[in-house]
Amino acid sequence: MKKYMLDMKVTANCPLHNNYCLLKLTADQTLPEMLPGQFVQVRVDRSPTTFLRRPISINYVDRETNELWLLVQKIGDGTRTMCESRPGDILNLLLPLGNSFTIPADKGQKPLLIGGGVGTAPMLYLGAVLNEAGITPTFLLGARTEKDLLQLEKFEQFGDLFVTTEDGSFGEKGFVTNHSVLQQVAFDQIYTCGPKPMMMAVANYAHQSGTACEVSLENTMACGIGACLCCVEKTKEEHHVCVCTEGPVFNIEKLSWLN
Amino acid sequence: MAELNVNIGKLALKNPVMTASGTFGYGIEYADFMDISRLGGIFVKGTTIQPREGNAYPRMAETPSGMLNAVGLQNKGAHYFAEHIYPEIKDIDTNMIVNVSGSSIETYVECAEKIAELDQIPAIELNISCPNVKQGGMAFGVTCAGASEVVKAVRKVYPKTMIVKLSPNVTDITEIARAVEAEGADSVSLINTMLGMAVDVEKRKPILSTVTGGLSGPCVKPIAVRMVWQTYKAVKIPIIGLGGIATWKDAMEFILAGATAIQIGTYNFVDPTAGIQVIDGLNEYCDRHGVKSITELIGALHH
Ligand SMILES: Cc1cc2nc3c(=O)[nH]c(=O)nc-3n(C[C@H](O)[C@H](O)[C@H](O)COP(=O)(O)OP(=O)(O)OC[C@H]3O[C@@H](n4cnc5c(N)ncnc54)[C@H](O)[C@@H]3O)c2cc1C
Ligand SMILES: Cc1cc2nc3c(=O)[nH]c(=O)nc-3n(C[C@H](O)[C@H](O)[C@H](O)COP(=O)(O)O)c2cc1C
Ligand code: FES
Repeated sequence: MKKYMLDMKVTANCPLHNNYCLLKLTADQTLPEMLPGQFVQVRVDRSPTTFLRRPISINYVDRETNELWLLVQKIGDGTRTMCESRPGDILNLLLPLGNSFTIPADKGQKPLLIGGGVGTAPMLYLGAVLNEAGITPTFLLGARTEKDLLQLEKFEQFGDLFVTTEDGSFGEKGFVTNHSVLQQVAFDQIYTCGPKPMMMAVANYAHQSGTACEVSLENTMACGIGACLCCVEKTKEEHHVCVCTEGPVFNIEKLSWLN
Repeated sequence: MAELNVNIGKLALKNPVMTASGTFGYGIEYADFMDISRLGGIFVKGTTIQPREGNAYPRMAETPSGMLNAVGLQNKGAHYFAEHIYPEIKDIDTNMIVNVSGSSIETYVECAEKIAELDQIPAIELNISCPNVKQGGMAFGVTCAGASEVVKAVRKVYPKTMIVKLSPNVTDITEIARAVEAEGADSVSLINTMLGMAVDVEKRKPILSTVTGGLSGPCVKPIAVRMVWQTYKAVKIPIIGLGGIATWKDAMEFILAGATAIQIGTYNFVDPTAGIQVIDGLNEYCDRHGVKSITELIGALHH
């Protein structure tokens, strides 16, 4: 897929609780095709301590308004500065980057989309695309507390929604891998993005239950386009592959993660 | 339009702006963002005779105005390069230069011999300055004896333009530059990365899997400019300057200090079109100052 460097205009910045923001961006040209699982590299000009671009997942693409959504968690100066953007500000983005989740050809499939923390971001767009393809996804979102659960209404538009929180403040208490829906429904494939320990638990659960599983990794990056070889992950065969080009989405059978 | 073309040994460059090894992949990674054939040259990823997996993740740490890397020369080897990558890049209309590395004199020589067979690779850059490999690399580049030995051996088998890339992790870079000039190097490029380190204070652990790594980016620029300025006084062969170049102004600092050409490295990650901006900026600068050929400005600080 052809990659672009675009100056994009912030059309809206919606704060979500204290630690997150939803940025909506548009461009003069029609946005290029973007696939669920792909990401963008955002240049952060207003933060003197932020030198490299920051990789952020594609949260949603609104074709009608020609808008790209980014869900950003404030982690350090780069993401905090991004969350200070105001409507009218210009952000420079490289996009679309990386590979994408596999969309099943068979409409009868029952996919489960598991997101943890800000890792729920790419799950929204994946759910939307599955929905468009005539497949009803089930979402299982995990967070520490109710405050870290984002965009729930939007998720409900595209499929069935289940939730866990670690403190039990919303949904079932505990981790995603303990949720009762896993016992009740037989899923055909699992897609997941979130903190690495959560993804590893999901990957091992999927492997043991014989369910196909794709994970989306968030290794630290410099270039984001396969030029620097900084973002590598080890495969089962002990080879280093770039997360920014051969990922961020990997079939778990390819990685060296399984017990 | 000023004349921007310059020569490095037998190598003719359409302009002095090139991209640095390890930061520009094989060039094609950037082709969607710019016309890469406008560059004076592209230094491709460090290549060794045998494939290398490189160091364990994490290999990167961002630092103030720069970054540390510990990639460790991950590459698929010179044979894979010749069979699979060379055909893809050989027709790019600019100088495609291979950065050659090794872990012993023999492996440097073998790799250079293999690359010499490729008609459309007009030059190599001998990397005797990589701080991220345990054997070879910087070990050769930090003593005059080591540098001389490897350059002498490769010179015997490599007839085309041989650029030797120097390490800044030395007491006096001019001694090393003189030593490699004496063994027949056609040019020196400087600087490679500076040995550095960063600590994750929450985890109380070094960030890089290798503990130390190579520092690059705008933070190293003043050191690199100083080293180019010193080296210009020490050798007659042309110098390729690099280290922290982001804009045409940075490039011009290096040229005035004595660089015939320059490379852009880490900044490509921030602005993949940096090379084009620098070419246009140099041209505009020359026009503004009534300079007909950029060669008039090389080492102008010394005149
Ligand atoms: C493919 C990909 C997609 C991503 N998608 C999103 C997204 O949709 N929304 C979102 O909010 N974030 C996302 N991230 C993570 C985001 O890129 C980082 O949070 C951001 O780079 C942090 O920058 P900063 O300047 O705010 O913090 P920094 O000051 O750079 O970092 C603060 C602390 O967090 C640690 N840290 C930073 N980045 C990472 C990382 N990737 N993995 C582990 N530790 C890290 C640092 O070591 C440091 O201790 C994604 C990352 C990748 C690779
Ligand atoms: C991620 C990364 C990988 C690099 N790999 C190589 C390499 O393979 N061979 C080499 O000679 N230099 C390598 N370098 C060093 C650069 O070519 C350059 O000398 C250095 O980064 C200084 O220039 P800069 O500040 O413009 O980046 C690498 C640098 C970075 C940041
Ligand atoms: S971030 Fe540079 S290769 Fe992946």
